[in-house]
Amino acid sequence: MLSSLTITQAHNKLKAKEISAEELTQSCIDRIEKVDEKLNAVVHKNFDRALEQAKKIDSVGKFDHALTGIPYLIKDVYCEDGVPTTACSNVLRNKDYVPTFDATTIKRLKTVGAISIGKANTDEFTCGASCETSCYGPCKNPWDTTRVSGGSSGGPAAGVAADECIFALGTDTGGSIREPAAWCGVTGMRSTYGRTSRYGVMSMASSFDTIGALTKSTEDLSIVLGVISGKDPLDPTTGDIDVPDFTKSLGKDIKGMKVGLPKEYFTDGVKPDVAEAVHTAVKQLENLGAIVSEISLPHTKYAVPCYYVLVPCEVSSNMARYDGIRYGHTVKDPDDLIDYYHKTRTEGFGDEVKRRIMIGTYALSAGYYDAYYRHAQKVRTLLRKDFEDAFAKVDVIVSPTTPHPAYIIGANDNDPVAMYLEDIFVAPQTLAGIPAISVPCGFSTEGMPLGLQIIGPQWGEETILKVAHAYEQATEWSERKPIL
Amino acid sequence: MATLSDDDVRHIAKLCRLNLSDAEVKKFCKELTQILGFIDQLKEVDTSNTEVTAQVTGLTNQFREDEIKTDGPDPKNLLENSPLPIIDNQIQTPSAHG
Repeated sequence: MLSSLTITQAHNKLKAKEISAEELTQSCIDRIEKVDEKLNAVVHKNFDRALEQAKKIDSVGKFDHALTGIPYLIKDVYCEDGVPTTACSNVLRNKDYVPTFDATTIKRLKTVGAISIGKANTDEFTCGASCETSCYGPCKNPWDTTRVSGGSSGGPAAGVAADECIFALGTDTGGSIREPAAWCGVTGMRSTYGRTSRYGVMSMASSFDTIGALTKSTEDLSIVLGVISGKDPLDPTTGDIDVPDFTKSLGKDIKGMKVGLPKEYFTDGVKPDVAEAVHTAVKQLENLGAIVSEISLPHTKYAVPCYYVLVPCEVSSNMARYDGIRYGHTVKDPDDLIDYYHKTRTEGFGDEVKRRIMIGTYALSAGYYDAYYRHAQKVRTLLRKDFEDAFAKVDVIVSPTTPHPAYIIGANDNDPVAMYLEDIFVAPQTLAGIPAISVPCGFSTEGMPLGLQIIGPQWGEETILKVAHAYEQATEWSERKPIL
Repeated sequence: MATLSDDDVRHIAKLCRLNLSDAEVKKFCKELTQILGFIDQLKEVDTSNTEVTAQVTGLTNQFREDEIKTDGPDPKNLLENSPLPIIDNQIQTPSAHG
């Protein structure tokens, strides 16, 4: 099945003319038609345009770039010219929003010939950790379809795990690439804030959102990262920093690298089989020559509460644009303009988005701004400093990606706080703006995938990839596939 | 611990431009109180000598030359996305005065 290839494998076959871009694209399309009914990972199909693009690429016949002719899925928050993009929200779905421009990331991938085959499921406006708040219904985990895929990049993660595509684009605001990557047994990285351009990606929390990929291997990830990174004049928060060739970080010796294990991430809350898988992974790093030591990130317990002040505040601001004027849901015969805003937003938004808008509005409102928002901004500084102090002593920090594997769909339904705590190990880095990767590191007693998180300092993607690749090559977890 | 009343929730909803039914007011009151209770842990942290972090890039204002760029999206196409009537390249909104 051609769709089960990695980017590197597919590229080699395309270059050698063993397969065509059209065959590769068709294989992904066939796979989606066969299995997506069970998964609900794909919410908009872009098959005709994809095949048209593939045929054009085949007729030119040049496969110099690793991503030329490679089909991929896109989380439903990236604007793509002519393709419905709804953030899996009824506020944009009821009158399908069709962008008339490409996000910078999409433009960059189009330029090298990658082929977008469809839009992937996400929590509504990426607000969630399970892909259960999508207006199209939850995305199911390919390893056990009674369980969640994780979120918010559930569709991208499930799509990659199920070989519906060769790679996928997601976003990570509070762990939304890493957590579903861990729960679906694939590789996913949150890059340094400012490494990639957010232009054309529907914003959730503007000082936290990052663009990233989910892939079948660290090599694939390094390829995509190289294409999507770089300063963008259309996104003034992108850093003025050169984009290295990330593939050069692979295959390197990690002897003598200092690995820190934060004691606050190895608590009773971590399921025993998760802790065991991660400890085994750490031993493997030691066998490869890494020097492991215990470190402390003392403000860890305040990361999730801090995140859930600042992010809802930014969400409340970013959701203000969904007012039925320039795009989106509309209602007839409102009493007046304010009534129009009330009605379109009430009908369009789901409960989780409403919750976050309300918490954010409250925390920013007169009388509460200092106690909540400003105070949380200061706690954010302390959490950043924890990491800065740690990286003065170690090269990377390693932890479980999540405290437990994917849960049964619906289990967190009446407990928003329980849902927020899924982010416990992946939220702190978002407050500091630093990069982190999740790679497969084993399976739980229920047979569900587990992820190992490797965290690096600001702009430290090369260091992370070096360690992640060494670990991946010493194990076989990344090669395991679900049976569908 | 912060507890919200039903009236607090109605006021917040108004600021958010959201309508809530009576049942939703009760539901969200419970959930928001729970979330605020969780957030209250932050009170334990002494931030008296700490600066705020507004953004993590370390960048300051990014400017460009004041030149007209014509390679962006076409305004006519953007207007087509609107669900409301378009008159003379303007979106006709419901009246602010009812």
